[in-house]
Amino acid sequence: MRFLFKTDYAQDTRLFPFGGTRRFWAGLALYAAILVALAHYAPVALNATHWLGVAIVYAVLFGAVLLRQNADGEGGNAAFWYGLLGVGALSAPFVLDLYFLSQITFVYVYAIAGVGLILLLGMCGQISLGHAAFMACGAYTAGLLQAQGFDLLVTLPAAILLSAALGVVIGLPALRMTGIYLAFATYAFAFIVEEVLARWDGLTGGNMGFVLSDPSILGYSFDSEQKMYYLAMALFVLTLLAGLNIRRSSTGRAFMAIRDSETAAEAMGVNLAVYKTTAFAISAGMAGLAGAVYAHLLFFISPEGFTIFLSINLLVLAVIGGLASMHGAVFGAAFIVVLPQLISLTKDSLPPVVGQLPGLESGIFGLVIVLFVIFEPMGIHGRWMKIKTYFQLFPLYKRGTFKRQKSYMVSEKNR
Amino acid sequence: MDRVLGRIWWLLAASAVIAFLSPPFLWLFGIMDGAGLTLYLQQVVSGTANGCVYALVALGIVLIYKATETINFAQGELMMVGAFLAFTFITMYGFGFWIGAAMAVAGGVLFGMATDRAIIRPVVGQPVFAIVMVTLGFGFVVRAVVSMIPGWGTDTYALATPFSGADLRLGALVVSQDYAAIIVSTVVLVAFLFVFFRYTRLGVAMEASSENQLAAYYMGIPVKRVYTLIWGLSAGVAAFAGLLLAPVTFIHTQMGFGVVFKAFPAAILGGFGSIPGAIVGGLIIGIVEALAGFYLPEGFKDVAAYVVLLVVLLLKPEGIFGRVVVKKV
Repeated sequence: MRFLFKTDYAQDTRLFPFGGTRRFWAGLALYAAILVALAHYAPVALNATHWLGVAIVYAVLFGAVLLRQNADGEGGNAAFWYGLLGVGALSAPFVLDLYFLSQITFVYVYAIAGVGLILLLGMCGQISLGHAAFMACGAYTAGLLQAQGFDLLVTLPAAILLSAALGVVIGLPALRMTGIYLAFATYAFAFIVEEVLARWDGLTGGNMGFVLSDPSILGYSFDSEQKMYYLAMALFVLTLLAGLNIRRSSTGRAFMAIRDSETAAEAMGVNLAVYKTTAFAISAGMAGLAGAVYAHLLFFISPEGFTIFLSINLLVLAVIGGLASMHGAVFGAAFIVVLPQLISLTKDSLPPVVGQLPGLESGIFGLVIVLFVIFEPMGIHGRWMKIKTYFQLFPLYKRGTFKRQKSYMVSEKNR
Repeated sequence: MDRVLGRIWWLLAASAVIAFLSPPFLWLFGIMDGAGLTLYLQQVVSGTANGCVYALVALGIVLIYKATETINFAQGELMMVGAFLAFTFITMYGFGFWIGAAMAVAGGVLFGMATDRAIIRPVVGQPVFAIVMVTLGFGFVVRAVVSMIPGWGTDTYALATPFSGADLRLGALVVSQDYAAIIVSTVVLVAFLFVFFRYTRLGVAMEASSENQLAAYYMGIPVKRVYTLIWGLSAGVAAFAGLLLAPVTFIHTQMGFGVVFKAFPAAILGGFGSIPGAIVGGLIIGIVEALAGFYLPEGFKDVAAYVVLLVVLLLKPEGIFGRVVVKKV
């Protein structure tokens, strides 16, 4: 697809500008520092309107700098908008109220897991119905280690590593099976993990679950919603960068080769066993990280939070968001978080006969999934690409640009 | 042929080992007493009955997969709709059991065909995940809609059958007639399906389209219509399963979801895409579950099916009756 790869590496890199972004990060750091200084040492107490003003000034300044910097590169526009988004995200805790802030924090957490799932499903083509188990592993690792008095610098890496190890174990069947076999092998593992968590009373507190306290790093406690927001955001950005880098690396290309044809990939010298296991490990590690942050956000974990429904939710996230790109993780996460809220909001304004119907939420949820796959199989990101391309090519856009080739028999049998 | 023989030997060897360790032999050798044996057989019978229901749902999944390569996560919901239809015709409208049952199965067939036309046809040719998501989402929708229909709703209903309440006595063994009915009708249905696929024009056409879509199309088989009919057939089998399950458990909106997550392991265990495999897989899952629930500590009942699945998949990744297809270059 022309939107994934350009002809050479330099062009490819320009899609997600990195080289020119050293200045971007330096600028971002400087602006953030000014922001923090402003928050702490301003002569008058600043209210929301002040902060909105500051955010707008920032956005304009930032955009101008980036536009000039990358005026010739393809990434110029993208860098501007990402910069704007970054500033918006950084200033959100000062502007938004706590409810919206915590929702965005959940978007970050789901997006972390989503990046992992898109790596596995979208890039490597391996399906997993067991991601809830990885999230559970991360959550319980973080929670139990915290109870022992360790701080985030220990618990997060431990959560990631342990989940990745579990991912290797669960990924082992992937060496010998594909498609539905793999889906249910992973589901079987996940079910067993869930059952173990529920039955191992002594360690996990069983079905009663257990309560976590505020996480901290070297004595600095993340004791407010705002601090948790920044923590989740930082971890998400790191995960995203890792995901993008993996995609550009030889590992990522090997993943894609495996996805498109295992036989061809093997013939080209891709070691199937190594790369499939790696994909599972990376994806599981990211899900574990998401699980750890999730646990700290909820302050309470129990096996009921990590059932097959969470796995299905994550799959929905990836498919609705769009499997072709890391953007899909963010879009999908936003979808997963926003849709239930939206439904419960509209429920109140509907006439009670309709609004009080049982199963309304899951019905709408299912309907949206069905309609999405029928009308927009590439997910939200695919729709976004189409809109963007339409305006880029303005009078010349053809409806057939993104049209899928209809194949008569798409057989999984002879892959 | 060699491969088929090899598979049969493998099965025979496995079942010989299992049979040798099983209670009937222990009883023969005097290690277990008669009461223990009866208890064991009781579990096997109830496991077989449950296994038959899993097998029928798995059979529906396999029929659809074989023909269209669509993995249908909504099969449990098709079963649930069949059970609700049976409840409507038999208990609400009072048509009598046999007529009501036939109407429920017919309704299930129509529902399956409508599903194919409305939901599945537009996404044929898309990647597997997409179709899985569609059927998953469709399952959510069906459950929600069923819970909204007045008279159905979120309540639990019992279905009275001519067999309810009575028991069959085979020596010391007591088998409820519901279980006996499940086992007998499953055998009859499977025999009917075997004859159908072997000897009728439509059955052969279905086999052909599932073997090679394009070649079947060139031979003049209306592939699309055959697919709709396969969905109808599969939904009919699901409705039948719902009818059998209804007297044992109760009818409610979530009844399909639990069964489908046992039916998939059953289908996979037997080799996804193999009809005898689905039956054998369903029976294995049902019996293992019943025995684990009885002999092992609490909590093993639900896990047992998946442990068996994992063990079999690790030994034979393509399932017991699965076909190994190697791409020839």
